[in-house]
Amino acid sequence: MLLIDCPYCKEKLPELEFEYAGQAHIARPEHPAEQSDAEWRDYLFIRSNVRGDHAEQWRHTHGCGRYFNAVRNTVSDKFIATYEIGQPRPTVTKEGEERDEQLES
Amino acid sequence: MTFTTTVETLPTMGRYNLRCKRENTVALSKSLGFDLPSSIGEAARSGTQSALKLGPDEWLLTCPMEERATIRQSLTDVYPEAVHSLTDISSREISIRVSGDQAEELLSTSCPRNLAKLSTGCGVRTIFDSVQVVLMREGDRQFRLDVWRSFAPHVLGLLAVACAEFESGL
Repeated sequence: MLLIDCPYCKEKLPELEFEYAGQAHIARPEHPAEQSDAEWRDYLFIRSNVRGDHAEQWRHTHGCGRYFNAVRNTVSDKFIATYEIGQPRPTVTKEGEERDEQLES
Repeated sequence: MTFTTTVETLPTMGRYNLRCKRENTVALSKSLGFDLPSSIGEAARSGTQSALKLGPDEWLLTCPMEERATIRQSLTDVYPEAVHSLTDISSREISIRVSGDQAEELLSTSCPRNLAKLSTGCGVRTIFDSVQVVLMREGDRQFRLDVWRSFAPHVLGLLAVACAEFESGL
């Protein structure tokens, strides 16, 4: 079972308490009515499909109830960092890169 | 080893869910007569009333049924200065007490948390099998589970099965 570090509870907790909630850092356009169809489609549906480190939202549903962001390596399924909503994506550590390389061979 | 752990359903108690911003906690604590705990999992107690911090802005207040009106009134009085949300959830949940030498092992049959890390007097919201529960460690060998009423038969059933397995030495 994955252990996820909740930035609000400050504890490593079992994955069963958490819920995945999509890609992180997608800002809703300030004025949706002024968006073109293509821009609105991109905002609603177009997501990156990263092989490697991916910033995503998680919710500690059965715990503190908060949404937070996490950088997870989609190849190794390791959590590299978790941080509170509103904070910028942290620069990826060497640890994450190594894990990626390891699985490429 | 003889199996002495017991599972019992507790009588109804008053429960409130309190949510407010950090800057309002001081005024609310003053009105309640005791300090709201400041870190998640921590509990504060004053006489028959207690508060457990569940999330960054969420507390669970418990009290005897007859003291519910007191809590509601004292927080309503302070509402203009300290905006908050107070919801009576007394009838939503029932409490189950698990006590005895093997209480921790018994609960860990369905709870994925590391219960050894939960210190006495602390409590957390977590998951028990597929049911969301509030788990409190009341003593070294005593736990309390607050379960939504409709899920209680499921939780009690699982605990009964686990007890039977422990008793038979499985």
